[in-house]
Amino acid sequence: MQRRDALQRMSIIIGGTLLGADSLWAKNIDWDHIADLDDSGDIGLFTKAQVKMLNEVAETIIPTTDTPGGKAAKTAQFIAVLVSDCYEPADQKLFMDGLVQFEDTCKKNHGKTFVKCSKSVRHDFLVELDQEQKAYTKSKKSSDPAHYFRKIKDLVLLGYFTSEIGATKALRFLEVPGKYETIDYKKGDRAWGV
Amino acid sequence: MAEKYDAIVVGSGISGGWAAKELTEKGLKTLLLERGKDVKHVTDYDTATKNTWEFPHRGRITNEMKATHPVQKRDYPYSEFKPDWWVNDLDCPYTEVKRFDWYRGFHVGGKSLMWGRQSYRWSEFDFEANAKDGIAIDWPIRYKDVAPWYDYVEQFAGISGSMEGLAQLPDGKFLPPMDLNIVEKDVAARIKKQYGGKRAMIIGRSANLTQPHNGRGSCQYRDRCSRGCPYGAYFSTQSSTLPAAVATGNLTLRPFSIVTQILYDKDKKRAKGVLVIDAETNQTIEYEAKVIFVCGSTLGSTFLLLNSADQSGGIGNSSGQLGRNLMDHHFRCGANGEVEGYDDKYYIGRRANGVYIPRYRNLFGDKRDYLRGFGYQGGASRQGWSRDVAELNIGVELKEALTEPGKWTIGITGFGEMLPYQENRVTIDKTKKDKWGQYVLSIDCELKDNEMRMRKDMIADAVEMLEGAGIKNVRPFDNGSFPGMAIHEMGTARMGTNPKESVLNAWNQMHDAPNVFVTDGSCMTSAACQNPSLTYMALTARAANYAVEALKKGNL
Repeated sequence: MQRRDALQRMSIIIGGTLLGADSLWAKNIDWDHIADLDDSGDIGLFTKAQVKMLNEVAETIIPTTDTPGGKAAKTAQFIAVLVSDCYEPADQKLFMDGLVQFEDTCKKNHGKTFVKCSKSVRHDFLVELDQEQKAYTKSKKSSDPAHYFRKIKDLVLLGYFTSEIGATKALRFLEVPGKYETIDYKKGDRAWGV
Repeated sequence: MAEKYDAIVVGSGISGGWAAKELTEKGLKTLLLERGKDVKHVTDYDTATKNTWEFPHRGRITNEMKATHPVQKRDYPYSEFKPDWWVNDLDCPYTEVKRFDWYRGFHVGGKSLMWGRQSYRWSEFDFEANAKDGIAIDWPIRYKDVAPWYDYVEQFAGISGSMEGLAQLPDGKFLPPMDLNIVEKDVAARIKKQYGGKRAMIIGRSANLTQPHNGRGSCQYRDRCSRGCPYGAYFSTQSSTLPAAVATGNLTLRPFSIVTQILYDKDKKRAKGVLVIDAETNQTIEYEAKVIFVCGSTLGSTFLLLNSADQSGGIGNSSGQLGRNLMDHHFRCGANGEVEGYDDKYYIGRRANGVYIPRYRNLFGDKRDYLRGFGYQGGASRQGWSRDVAELNIGVELKEALTEPGKWTIGITGFGEMLPYQENRVTIDKTKKDKWGQYVLSIDCELKDNEMRMRKDMIADAVEMLEGAGIKNVRPFDNGSFPGMAIHEMGTARMGTNPKESVLNAWNQMHDAPNVFVTDGSCMTSAACQNPSLTYMALTARAANYAVEALKKGNL
C-alpha cells in the first residue's frame, strides 16, 4: 500500500539508465538557509536568466492570491537543482532545449522574451502553450518525448506544492496528525500537504 | 583462543532480533553479529522528523546516488528520505543470470527498520498445500504447531487488526484495528454482498501500534515509518526485540561483523563457531558457541551456508537443496478506478496501512487453471495536486482547484504465491569478489507458467470486484513483476522431514549439524501469498525455545 501510494504521489517519473554521475549542485547550497537562496545566480545547468524566467513562469502558473505564489516558493530554484542533480543527461538536454524553445516561441508569438512581456501576455502565452501541450499529449505515441511545456508545468506544480509555502499555506499540513479518521468536507476546504 | 559464548546469532533483522531476545531471556550468553553499522533507536533516525521541503530534491534520488546504487534505485524504497539504509551495490555486487532485484540493508536492525509492516498469519491451507498439490515436499509442520507462537510474537510485537473469523487468514492477538475510511467501508460491504461473503475486504493487519504497548508509543499517522519511528510505534529490532535482549545483561552486540563461514567440528558432527571478517579493519576473528542461529536474510544466510558447505566438504548441503527453490511474491498488477460521490467526506491523518483482500482462489471448492492464490492490498483516497485537471490551464483557477482535494479513487494490487522450483536457485559465483574479498552470489530465478496464469486472474478479478462495487472508469494495470521486487525472497534452505530432501527439520534445525538453526525466510518450504515476516518471527521464537530445551537436556 505504501508502495502504491508512493508511486501515485510521484507525479514525475525520472527514469532511464545512468550515463555518468555529475557533481551535485545541491551540495553547493546551504540548505539550512534555503530561504535565502535568491535567483540572482546560476544554479547547476541553469543560467541566472533562466532561473529568473522560470520563477516568472511559476508565478504565472501559480499566482500569488491570498496565499503566496510560485515565485515566493522559490520554485525555479528547486527545478534547477532537481534537473541538474537528478535528471539523466539525455533528459537534462531535452529540458534545457525546451527552455530555449520556450523563449523562441514567446519571441516569435509576442515579439519579446517572457520576462519582458506584461502579466496578461504571459498568462495568454502559457494558456496557448498549455492547450498545445494537451493536444500533443493526447495524440502523441508513448515513445515520443513529452511536450516541453508539459514538463515545465509538471515541475512547477511539484516544486510549488512540495515547498513549505505550498504544503503549509496553499494546502493544509499537519506534522503530527495523531489519528486517522473520516471527516466531513465542504467545498473550499484545503487538501492535505504531505 | 576464540571468545566463547553460549549462542551466536548471525544477523540482527526481524529474525535475528527475535533469536537474540529469546535466547538471552532464557539465560544464554549471546553474541549478536551484524555485518553493517550500528543504528541507535531514535537518535540515529536523523531524517524522521524532517519535512519534505527540507530535502533538496524532495525525496528524489540524484545521479550520484544512482551511480552507487544501480540495483537499489530500481524501486521507490531507495530515496533521498533515508538512503543510508540501502546497500551500496558497488560494494557488494551479485550476478543476475536473470533479472532479480535484491534489496538489502546492512545495519543493526536490517530490514526491520524499512519493512512494510503488513503482518498476516498463514493458515492450515498454506502448510498443507505442497502435500495436497504434490508440489516440492511437504512442510514438516502444520498450523497448530505455529499457532501458539503466532500468539506469542503478536502479543510482544504489537499487531493491529480486526477479528474476521476467516479460515484462510486466521485471527490473532491483535491491538485495535486502524480505521477503514468511508469509501473503503462501503466498498467492503458491497464486495461482501456481491460474493455472498466469500470475499472480504478488511483493514490491513500491521505492526503499527494503535495504542501504547510495552512502553512504546502509539502510531501518530505521520507515514514516515521507513525513516525510523521516534515513537517506537512500529515493530523493529530497535524498538522491540533489541531492548528486551539488552535488558537481560546477556547480550553482546557486534556490528561490522561479516560472518563468512560456520566452522564445523567433524568429530563431534557439530558446528563449533563462526569465522568473522571485521568490515572496517578486514581482520579475521573466530567466535565459538554451543548453538548458532543463522538469521542473515534468506540470501545472506544461504550464501553463508553454501560457503560453509564448500569449506566443510558439503556439510549443510548433503541434500543438495541448499540454494534451490528460491521464491518471492509476484505483484504489481491489479486495477484502480474512480469513486462517484462522497464529495462531502475526507480524512485526517496519513495512515501507513491500507485494505487487504484475503485469498479466495482455489479454496472452498473454487478451482482454477493454476495452483494456489493471491491476496490484494490497496486503499481509497482523494486525489491531490498531482491530478490532471483537463478543463483548466494555468493561473488562479488552477491554483484554487489544486488546493482542494480531487475525486475519490480506489486501487488494489495483487500479491500472488510463487511455487518452489528446483531450478530457481542461487550458487556462489567464484569469478567475482565483493569489497571484503568474498565471492558473490549468482541468482537464477524466474516466474513460470503457474504465476503468469495467476496474474491474469489477479487483474481480471480486480476489475470485476471494483466494477461490481460500483467503481467507475476501472482500469486494469500490469507493471510487470520480477523476482526480488516484493522483497519477500524465501525458500533456499527449506524445512522438511527427510534429510535427503531438505536442509532443516521441523524445528529449523539443520539436519547435518543439530546445533545450527536457520530461522529467516530461507527456511520456507512454500511461499503462500501473505507477507511473510510474522511467520519468521513465530518460527524463530519456536526454534529458540526448542534449542534451549535441547541444550538443557544435553542434546545439542
